[in-house]
Amino acid sequence: MPRRLLQVLLPAAIGALVIALWYGVHTWLTEDMRFLLPAPGAVLAAFRDHGSELARATLNTTEGALLGFILAVAISFAFALGLSLSPLVRVSFYPYLMILQMTPVIVFAPILVLWVGAGIKSVVVITFLICFFPLVVNTTQGLISTDRNLVELFRMYRARRLQELWLLRVPSALPYFFTGLRIAATLAPIGALVGDYTAGSSAGNGGGLGFQTIIYSSRAQYPALFATAMVTCALGFVFVAVVVSLSWLVLRHWHDSYDRADG
Amino acid sequence: MPPVVKIEDIHKIYDSGEIPVHAVRGVSLEIHHKEFLALMGASGSGKSTLMNLLGCLDRPTRGRYLLDGIDVSELEKNELADIRNQKLGFVFQGFNLLARTTALENVELPCLYGKERMTGKKMRERAMYCLEIVGLANRADHMPNQLSGGQQQRVAIARALVNQPQVLLADEPTGNLDSKTSIEVMGVFQKLNEQGITIVMVTHELDVARYCKRHLILRDGVVVRDEPTQDRSIAEIELAKLKEAETAAKLLAAGSNAH
Ligand SMILES: Nc1ncnc2c1ncn2[C@@H]1O[C@H](COP(=O)(O)OP(=O)(O)O)[C@@H](O)[C@H]1O
Ligand SMILES: [Mg+2]
Repeated sequence: MPRRLLQVLLPAAIGALVIALWYGVHTWLTEDMRFLLPAPGAVLAAFRDHGSELARATLNTTEGALLGFILAVAISFAFALGLSLSPLVRVSFYPYLMILQMTPVIVFAPILVLWVGAGIKSVVVITFLICFFPLVVNTTQGLISTDRNLVELFRMYRARRLQELWLLRVPSALPYFFTGLRIAATLAPIGALVGDYTAGSSAGNGGGLGFQTIIYSSRAQYPALFATAMVTCALGFVFVAVVVSLSWLVLRHWHDSYDRADG
Repeated sequence: MPPVVKIEDIHKIYDSGEIPVHAVRGVSLEIHHKEFLALMGASGSGKSTLMNLLGCLDRPTRGRYLLDGIDVSELEKNELADIRNQKLGFVFQGFNLLARTTALENVELPCLYGKERMTGKKMRERAMYCLEIVGLANRADHMPNQLSGGQQQRVAIARALVNQPQVLLADEPTGNLDSKTSIEVMGVFQKLNEQGITIVMVTHELDVARYCKRHLILRDGVVVRDEPTQDRSIAEIELAKLKEAETAAKLLAAGSNAH
């Protein structure tokens, strides 16, 4: 069989196998335990019954994730530029960045609710907090890892600090920046979800997927819970896919920075 | 004409480490217009240190340096940088080109700075002219990773020429190149030298040094020999010979295949 065909058929087969296994476990369970693992059909029905609810929640979570992510990208970039200025600046700020990173976001949630209120604002801030660290650290590393010879060349030509930054350091930091971006992209939907779970609200446009998770579990609507989990999974996937393709588009012309023959 | 470079009993002592290193110990030297000098010597003999002093990249611990009649030993850092950008061009062993930047833009790089700002058009014209000199006008919009090592070094030479320097300083410019490409690069240097540019280059390969006009040999920071090049090589002739040999080898291979 041609390889291409196998590459399509095999994953599909595995998928079918998993669903079959799922169904098998469901029927194997005794009647009173079947709520633990709803049948595939029941989950499908939940998609139909709670469709509009889930769609709205997905939209809200996407909004929170996107806003927090974009905010984190913009602010972390400016912050990294500052950190790249001197080792002294880095030494002064890194401990606090570390502390921020080490503190589980969950503990910020009640404080945030107190400060900005429950709902989208809190979700955005929590997403921001989760995305910020990998972005700052990677971008800063990129900015200070510029080829020493080139930095010396720029200094030799008496380039101004700003020219050195824009013409040399920022372009050579791009691959690092995109590494940070990929990590942040996987974290952003999770951040929005956790944020929504801990500081979400049904006010305004209604809650997001995190909020919906609480509702469904409190009402024991288990098929809907499974449906929510799947949507979440898909959302995370889309988020990463978009960012990865974006960085591929930009870095395509940059490929020599990944494997430069002359090191 | 006064010498382009005149140094008198110059010393350089590095005292950043545990024990001070006396890298250059009293070198006196005159380099005149249109000279083509090879600086040779074992590793650690002080070649790069002397080049950095000549290039105003570093200041001597002791001694006097007149560059084109100007005493640079006493200049401030900024003044030194100005003189450097006006009178000197630099070529490095590792090419030092900006990745993801076209050959033309790489050549324009030194024009972005300095006191006199040029218009974009004038800058482009000048950079293009320098690429023509090194025979790469048709590669102006190529990225460094699309060019061979020899071509990259020629772009770097064009960049060194863009501010119309009097002296070209090159530290091991053929160090990363194979022997044939080295000859091509030496050919570019010889052509530039013909056109009136003074060149000082560091090399540890005698084969490469033979393309220069004068040999200066350093040992432990002092000049131990200073003499004109004996039976000088001419790049054009050497390249023609190589080509002939290649053709002959091909013919021979074709002949033996026929049997
Ligand atoms: N920046 C520096 N600090 C301290 N010592 C140095 C420095 N640069 C070179 N040296 C020392 O000076 C001597 C000459 O070095 P260098 O000029 O680089 O020699 P070459 O280029 O001929 O190999 C060596 O002993 C080297 O270790
Ligand atoms: Mg050296």
